[in-house]
Amino acid sequence: MRATVLVRPKPGILDPQGQAVESSLRQLGFPVGDARVGRVVDLEVESADPATARAEVERMCEQLLANPLIESYEIELEGAS
Amino acid sequence: MNKPRIGVVAFPGSNDDRDALHALEALGAEAVAVWHAEERLPDVAGVVLPGGFSYGDYLRCGAIARFSPAMRAVSEFAADGGPVLGICNGFQILCEAGLLPGALRPNASLSFVCRDVDLRVERTDTPFTALCEPDQILTIPIKHGEGCWFADDGLLAELEANGQIVLRYEVNPNGSVADVAGVVNADGNVMGLMPHPEHAVDPLLGSTDGALILSGLLAAARDRTVVEARV
Repeated sequence: MRATVLVRPKPGILDPQGQAVESSLRQLGFPVGDARVGRVVDLEVESADPATARAEVERMCEQLLANPLIESYEIELEGAS
Repeated sequence: MNKPRIGVVAFPGSNDDRDALHALEALGAEAVAVWHAEERLPDVAGVVLPGGFSYGDYLRCGAIARFSPAMRAVSEFAADGGPVLGICNGFQILCEAGLLPGALRPNASLSFVCRDVDLRVERTDTPFTALCEPDQILTIPIKHGEGCWFADDGLLAELEANGQIVLRYEVNPNGSVADVAGVVNADGNVMGLMPHPEHAVDPLLGSTDGALILSGLLAAARDRTVVEARV
């Protein structure tokens, strides 16, 4: 099963990358605000059972893919709601 | 006086390991290079995790290096009370490994900062700052793009109450929470700092204040060697 992990800087955490992107977009004429830059990890997990797969990816997030002190994460599984 | 043996762990992408070896030798240690793939540390009484860009800073600074076989040995050494000093990338690795509190984020300015900074010594009852005076100002260079130390309010209050904040910037160069430049673990035997004491041990290069921190590590290692010899 394919999983996608979205990792974001937690709310309240200073995100200078997001600020730089926002100011660049504004220079291009886009009136945007509050841009934040995170990370996407796509991966293939062995389990075909969505609940098992999700639990496994959650453990990956806690142990490596995200740093829970500064980042939040969201897991999307292909074909699962 | 015996020469304490200090291990300097080099990861793929470390670039201050030789400076650390040189500085430790100059201060009277027998400095030993340890490759990250080693599963056991050689017979050392102290460990330095040097600066650099281990594993290309992939994912997050220090996030991959903590899986090196040598890091398991360093964790065991630290759990046994051995003195461990993480400098810059070494500090990032120790935070990612859970041996030190907090996390390092990109500098608030997004700029790589490379210059001498003044640091205030907040505690002198750690092995690493035992040779400093209370409130002494140390001038030591920094050179990092991701040195913005972060802890949330709860963690920061806990660390302040425990006295785990050891060094603070006089003028904050990177957006670090509470001007924090260096912290210790609860037991006081593991310290991490963003500034580079190994670059400040020779008057030719300006300050020699870094020698105070490294000599503190040497003294702790010497004590440990003596204790071990008695056993």
